Amino acid sequence: MDALILIKIIIILIIFAITLFIAMYSTYAERKVAAVMQDRIGPNRAGPWGILQPLADGGKMFFKEDFIPALANKKLFIIAPGIAMFTALMTSAIIPWGGTITMFGYTFDLQVADVDIGILYILGVVSMGVYGIMIGGWASNNKYSLFGAVRSSAQMISYELAMGLSILAVVMTSGSLSLKDIVEAQDGGKWNVLYQPLAFLIFIVCAFAECNRAPFDLAECESELIGGYHTEYGSMKLGFFLFAEYINMFISSAVISVLFFGGYNFPFMHELGLSPNALTITGTLVFFAKIFFFIFFFMWVRWTLPRFRYDQLMHLGWKSLIPLAILNLMITGGFLLLKDLF
Amino acid sequence: MESLSNRSIQVSNKKMTFMERIYLPAIIGGMIVTFKHIFKKKATIKYPEQKRPVSDVYRGKHVLKRDENGAERCTACGLCAVACPAEAISMVAAERKNSEENLYREEKYAAVYEINMLRCIFCGLCEEACPKEAIFLTTEIVPTYFERKDFIYGKDRLVEQVDNRVDITKRQIKQSSNA
Amino acid sequence: MLNYIFYILGGLSVITAIMVISFRNPIYSVLSLIATFFLISGQYLLMNAQFLSIVNIIVYAGAIMVLFLFVLMLLNLNNINEPLKPIKLKTIGVISAGILLLTFLSALTSMYNNEQVLQLSDIGLVKNLGRLLFTEYVVPFEVSSILFIAAMVGSVLIGKRNKEEKEVENA
Repeated sequence: MDALILIKIIIILIIFAITLFIAMYSTYAERKVAAVMQDRIGPNRAGPWGILQPLADGGKMFFKEDFIPALANKKLFIIAPGIAMFTALMTSAIIPWGGTITMFGYTFDLQVADVDIGILYILGVVSMGVYGIMIGGWASNNKYSLFGAVRSSAQMISYELAMGLSILAVVMTSGSLSLKDIVEAQDGGKWNVLYQPLAFLIFIVCAFAECNRAPFDLAECESELIGGYHTEYGSMKLGFFLFAEYINMFISSAVISVLFFGGYNFPFMHELGLSPNALTITGTLVFFAKIFFFIFFFMWVRWTLPRFRYDQLMHLGWKSLIPLAILNLMITGGFLLLKDLF
Repeated sequence: MESLSNRSIQVSNKKMTFMERIYLPAIIGGMIVTFKHIFKKKATIKYPEQKRPVSDVYRGKHVLKRDENGAERCTACGLCAVACPAEAISMVAAERKNSEENLYREEKYAAVYEINMLRCIFCGLCEEACPKEAIFLTTEIVPTYFERKDFIYGKDRLVEQVDNRVDITKRQIKQSSNA
Repeated sequence: MLNYIFYILGGLSVITAIMVISFRNPIYSVLSLIATFFLISGQYLLMNAQFLSIVNIIVYAGAIMVLFLFVLMLLNLNNINEPLKPIKLKTIGVISAGILLLTFLSALTSMYNNEQVLQLSDIGLVKNLGRLLFTEYVVPFEVSSILFIAAMVGSVLIGKRNKEEKEVENA
């Protein structure tokens, strides 16, 4: 029992480190992707191909003046980036990073906690994610920050509904809320994206909105609101906000892979004849490949599509995505019923 | 009004078809465009190592020429200062002493010759105004400094070195008549 | 071990609940209310009621409180423009709060003899809860959905009427 707890703690630490590492290099990847899509080279001075750029950026963030505006609400101003970071890091706890591994006589899952309520936990944490932004924006005592905060909260509430409804269709086909069960149900190339393309489309649009990524980055749109909710932030507090955004992106890529692309499953995985441990490790690597693809996809979309106008955002959320999600839910229910009947 | 170029397109507010209204084909098209750009040739020039090729008659930092014997050509006539639209050039004239024939070409010379590079717009009118072919612009770029006074170039930085001549032959289109 | 966690969570939730009503700044009150919801969700988790705990977070902490905060931020409430309440309202408030307290107390005393509640059970897991909702309690469950529809229709109606009024004003 104690050994299992120790293993869990080690898994938590590894996931924590990997999450931060990937978030760090997502900033680099974002700049590189932006550059190559605009026929530029991107960061190439710090280290070979600029791979030390994130470290340089981090160093810069730490050494900058830690400024707090005179009329800001000091306590909340300091707490807000912490909340953003905290909620961003919380989600990784229930994502199944791989199958089971047998090592030193113990058999354990590559997952921190396989809770009964899996997906609901994700929705809960996502709905908490808005607080960091809202509190930060309000505490700055700046109209642009407040605008960003208010926009982002309205946006997140609107898109959470469609997101939840689209997930429900996946839950109906898999028959469980646990992410592990959902992954197992997609075993052998039966990926949910093939059965639920509409749910996937709705989910990915909502994921963009929940992450405050372009084309839904109205909370921080530079051209209108300077920086949105983090206008008044500087130094590592700003770094926390930006970091939280990239962690959110990483986690939502992981969730998309789990829900619709079979998580650590890949086609013909049982025909390869690998030993269970090797299979698990290959599965984890495949899972990360999927995650990286979706991180790239996030960036790809950002550097392709222009930002939505606010009323267009609300129209899309309330008048298109939610009805579509409900329709999808009804169709899925009908199919399941037919399958039971015949 | 009649179109001059015949390239204008009439704005239409026609109702979009269903395929247009779901936007997905257009979005995928845009994504393909950006994806193609990943493999295109990069426009970046890695500056300190690579430099963009400049024209032979590029208008950069000025140089005050010497003649073939190494004497300064400038006679401090002031035509360049008059021609300068930005009033960047100022000079003080002086009379040549008997022992200085190898230093200055004419009997009058510029004791002080200053160009304020912050004022200069690098139009090249000084070059055109000069009757003695003494001032030319080069392909060199004026660097940046931290202080304003550093931008005022005196004779120490303008006159070419005797042993390190600046080649300006590509700028002289017609054969000079009064060389 | 679980007992200690229970007392820590309980104590903290009482403290944050008192903070909700003692702060002058409404934003602080809302934030402490969110903290209270979190602690209560922790209590649910201790009782193995995972579904209830996460729904508590999603619905109350994640949606309703965001709307509260949203409105408060837009209103820009200060201590200065908080109106003084008349004595009559205060007495009514005290009486209704006292009645609520009595109800809670009576509920608590009847709970004391019920040992079964304190035991760990799987009744709070999603599957069991869902089965209960759709078999034993299906009528109240469906009736509550009518309540929600009524609320939704009402809000849509309010939105529509405003639009018509605007058109009348514009005309």
